[in-house]
Amino acid sequence: MSTDQVVLEARDVVKNYGGTRALKGVNFEIRSGTVTTLFGENGAGKSTLMKILSGVEQPTSGEILLGGEPVTFSSTTEAAEHGISIIHQELSLAPNLTVRDNIFMGREIMRPFGGVDFAEERRQTRALLQDMKLAIEPDTLVSDLRVGQQQIIEIARALSVNSRILIMDEPTSALAAAEVETLFGIIRELLARGVAIVYISHHLEEALEITDHAVVLRDGSMTARAERADIDLAWIVRNMVGENFDLGSPPEGYEFGEPVLSVEDLTVLDPENPERAVVNGIDLEVRAGEIVCIYGLMGAGRTELLEAIAGRERVESGQIRLDDQSILGDSIAERIEKGVGLVPEDRQRDGLVQTFSVGRNLTLASLDKSMSGLAISGKKEKSRANELIGAVTVKTPSSDLNIGGLSGGNQQKVVIGKIVATDPRLMLLDEPSRGIDVGAKAEVFRLLSERARRGVGVVYTTSEVGECLSIAHRIIVMSRGQVSAEFGPDATKDMIMAASGEA
Amino acid sequence: MTTTTTAILENRKKFSIAKLLLEGRAFLALVLIIVVFSLISPNYLTWSNVLIMTSHVAIYALLGLGMLLVILNGGIDLSVGSTLAFSAVVAGFMLKGVPLDLFGVTIYPSVPVTVLIACGVGALAGLVNGILVAKFKIAPFVATLGMLYAVRGFALLMTGGLTINNLSGREELGNTGFAWLGFNRIFGIPIGVLVMIVVALVLGAVLGRAKFGRWLYAAGGNERAAELSGVPVNRVKIWVYVVSGLCAAIAGLVLASTLTSADPNAGNTYELTAIATVVIGGAALTGGRGNVRGTLLGAFVIGFLSDGLVLVGVSAYWQMVFIGAVIVVAVMLNTLQYGRRRRPATGKAKSDKNVKTPAVTGTSTGTGSTES
Repeated sequence: MSTDQVVLEARDVVKNYGGTRALKGVNFEIRSGTVTTLFGENGAGKSTLMKILSGVEQPTSGEILLGGEPVTFSSTTEAAEHGISIIHQELSLAPNLTVRDNIFMGREIMRPFGGVDFAEERRQTRALLQDMKLAIEPDTLVSDLRVGQQQIIEIARALSVNSRILIMDEPTSALAAAEVETLFGIIRELLARGVAIVYISHHLEEALEITDHAVVLRDGSMTARAERADIDLAWIVRNMVGENFDLGSPPEGYEFGEPVLSVEDLTVLDPENPERAVVNGIDLEVRAGEIVCIYGLMGAGRTELLEAIAGRERVESGQIRLDDQSILGDSIAERIEKGVGLVPEDRQRDGLVQTFSVGRNLTLASLDKSMSGLAISGKKEKSRANELIGAVTVKTPSSDLNIGGLSGGNQQKVVIGKIVATDPRLMLLDEPSRGIDVGAKAEVFRLLSERARRGVGVVYTTSEVGECLSIAHRIIVMSRGQVSAEFGPDATKDMIMAASGEA
Repeated sequence: MTTTTTAILENRKKFSIAKLLLEGRAFLALVLIIVVFSLISPNYLTWSNVLIMTSHVAIYALLGLGMLLVILNGGIDLSVGSTLAFSAVVAGFMLKGVPLDLFGVTIYPSVPVTVLIACGVGALAGLVNGILVAKFKIAPFVATLGMLYAVRGFALLMTGGLTINNLSGREELGNTGFAWLGFNRIFGIPIGVLVMIVVALVLGAVLGRAKFGRWLYAAGGNERAAELSGVPVNRVKIWVYVVSGLCAAIAGLVLASTLTSADPNAGNTYELTAIATVVIGGAALTGGRGNVRGTLLGAFVIGFLSDGLVLVGVSAYWQMVFIGAVIVVAVMLNTLQYGRRRRPATGKAKSDKNVKTPAVTGTSTGTGSTES
């Protein structure tokens, strides 16, 4: 197949969920041998569009043309038969099985008299992996592979069913920089073979690196489309948000107070491999009112450092002091009481109680303030919840709404609000911008600046350089459990990336 | 954001009747049971029969309420049936006199002391369950399964497998009054039923208003998030098993006193009935959802249904089939109620998990950078 042919086209696709219109007549085409990237904030309709293209959902109206012919897919299997595969954000591999088993899952090669022909499967798997220049044995357990390699196995599986169109939903969200490069190498290889790729990512810069066409969705409509040559980051963001955005600058005009946090020579061991220190002799001091950004790749030890300070992770050696008093022996609850609050990296897993309403999530860490006598006062709780909703600007019709009804950005604000409610002296935020859209990011950073102004020490981590160069007074780069560099707010992206071992 | 919330609000309006039916399903089932059986048998809805049935319900409800706490925590307690028998046997044993060979005397503890010790034994069994689950990280199913066997064994050992009969005590020994629990009435209501009401009110207040209740719901909804919010998740976990053991002991005392005998084989498979009452009452086995009102209704559904079937002469074997069907339908309806709402949240949670869970990444979070 020659490149640049339109292989898949969506015409006037409309999708209604109940009374809401998730897609309002989207036109969209995918060309062979090219990468088309979908940009858009959360809730813009990207996922809905991808679900329709891959057969998970059916459009309310409009049509899908495959090679010029109208088609309808009633299931993903049907879409796969037409050569369309989707690689989900969440890996859909079985970690307890081998690479070979995963690739042939559900379509095992059978021997004439029954039984699976493992030898043949192994041979084909090896050929496939070699094709992708991947030195992985077919008999390796998937759980023994790194996340990046697992991602590539998923791609290999899609290719093994002769996919001509690959939809990749946030494929790099869990990858280290080097792995992203490998993935991009594979994508380029696929393009050369005429495969069409649809790419979705929150990592705008990364997406720009690989894409040929950009399509921007906003509020269920396509707002812009362009060739790579004609666009830049600012163009995408402008079209995504509809306005210029700014993640903010370090709050000024006040003096930092005394150090709230001082960490000395802190070492945390990897619970799965006690030989290895995930945090290796870190010193860190944060003053009241100061905002510190910790930049590092996945696995640099950022999460472990924050969790050790919050009391979640066991400390091997070193000292953690809050306001000059050691908190090493304190439980999580005692540390919250003293003013240490952690906003965890994984909102769904560690941040929210999914069975609770917005209000109950907000007040969970500071229940004592809702008590009257031995009972929780419904009235106090309600008024505190509403106060917090205002303080962290959660957009919700009521504090009684189930937390699942909020968008990612608003859920994140709830987790932050829960910590704010405890009147912290020190706020620790692990990747506070993860999985939320640009607009919400700016609001989260504005919230943090506001807290810092009120004398709270703020530490946040990020894996996007741009987010360090926003509100942080100080930038610390972590690499392999150690501090590899420290910068002021005037650092450049290159300096930071070089220090992290990325560039 | 706005799109999802409006969608939810619209759904709420549109399906309000369906939703009402769904949420009130245990109540509707109970009404249906009462209507059907009173049509078939005129004796069903007489005051005396209702009281008798409610006394049976009290046993299920006491076990169910303890179980509710455990299930809210995302656990399960299989040992309550055995604990019921054990505490009854302990009480019976003490009422018959505790021989102290060393001193050559036999002491006869008074009824209040007996009751307290029997309750303590139940709470102790629960405490062991709780410690096994919370501290030693043994799956609740397994820990309490072990306790199911062990405690039943103790009960049988204490009596050599025999039932202890005639627990009414003797005037001259000062240990009469045990039968009061089972036979007496206050304002015409059997004591067992009053005990159920008191336990329900206390637990209802604890779950609805106390900090412990909120902690329990939070830990059951998402233990990791609760822990990071300062909830003492282990303490909560131990306590729910203690309360469950205590409730089982109380049920055992009520039962033994009603029968004025303590049977070491009593309460066999009652743990399953208790789970059924909780599930019929709308609680989610995954934890975090359920309430006292629902569990009480569940106990009434099971009690009124099985007694009704007995009254109209349905064979005991068919009764099992009916109750089995009710349980399965209840769980199906639970899935209807929670399944749709939960999916988006858990779906996301799963995706995030896959990124970080060591089980998938194999070699911890550190691998990425060490390789790069």
